[in-house]
Amino acid sequence: MIAVLVAVSAALVWRRDGTGGVLDILTHDLSLFGGILPRVLAGCLLGAFISEILPHERVSRSLGPKSGLKGLLIGTAFGAILPGGPFTAYPVASALLAVGADFGATIAMVVSWTLIGYGRAVAWELPIMGTDFTLWRIVISLPQPVLAGALGRFVYVRIYPKPATKDDEN
Amino acid sequence: MSAALLIDILLWGSVFGVGLIAFRRGPPVFKASLREGSMDFINIVPRIALGVIGSGYIAAIIPQEVITGWLGPDSGWLGVATAVVAGAATPGGPVIGFSIGTVALKSGGGVPQVVAYVVAWALFAFQRVILWEIPFMPARFVWFRCAVSVPFPFVAAAIAMVIGKP
Repeated sequence: MIAVLVAVSAALVWRRDGTGGVLDILTHDLSLFGGILPRVLAGCLLGAFISEILPHERVSRSLGPKSGLKGLLIGTAFGAILPGGPFTAYPVASALLAVGADFGATIAMVVSWTLIGYGRAVAWELPIMGTDFTLWRIVISLPQPVLAGALGRFVYVRIYPKPATKDDEN
Repeated sequence: MSAALLIDILLWGSVFGVGLIAFRRGPPVFKASLREGSMDFINIVPRIALGVIGSGYIAAIIPQEVITGWLGPDSGWLGVATAVVAGAATPGGPVIGFSIGTVALKSGGGVPQVVAYVVAWALFAFQRVILWEIPFMPARFVWFRCAVSVPFPFVAAAIAMVIGKP
């Protein structure tokens, strides 16, 4: 699906800007790709190591379905301090799910990474949007990961009652 | 560039740190996770190649004025809703998302609308969801997370309306 989208877009660019325009974008994106590859590798390794070294029963206790507000806060804090971009956040989030974190805590982590994580804010938002807007936006966003995680947990136990009870028995 | 370098150092520092912990659990643990991480990497590279190399083309054909025109300060909640859709539909990386936000702000966009735009972009920019989140995470989790996140750009805009400008 993405391949089709890309092909159509590339064809449109070619019609508008000719071969030069297509090649410009290609070289730019290739260099971008080369730049992020090492980070993708770092993210994959980070995810794999974390899922290996985290004690499963501790994770499911502190981030599992019964972890309460504390689990959501831990998820939020974890997302906020996690270094790197999507190439780190998603493998790590996936690892957390695999070792016993519930959807709520993982949602808190992903939303926290995306809204208050410093990586993107420092690298992109601060220079482009300015300090005032960025800080102000982050302050507004602070409560949201916990709320999203709580909402996620609330909805999850109602949509998927079975897995939740199974976890309770463990 | 220095910020990017700092992030790289932090990133690889973390990899090294957790790698060291894994190694102290014993070389088999270390080797197994090293192999698993590398396999993930090899599997993910083609999808990312397509996304990153393709995103420039997608971004090139969506005119920025179309997005910024809808976010005026008088647009109210309709403007906020538009901003949310626009944020989710914005292609490309952070440069494009934040640049459009800046342009919207400078060309007279309302602050709550721009906040809603930036938050919506952060939460569900379709390209990031398709390119990064779905390959790495269980699809069920991704849809669930997106659905649960829908109210939050609106919450952010509401807070922005209440507390005023930065």
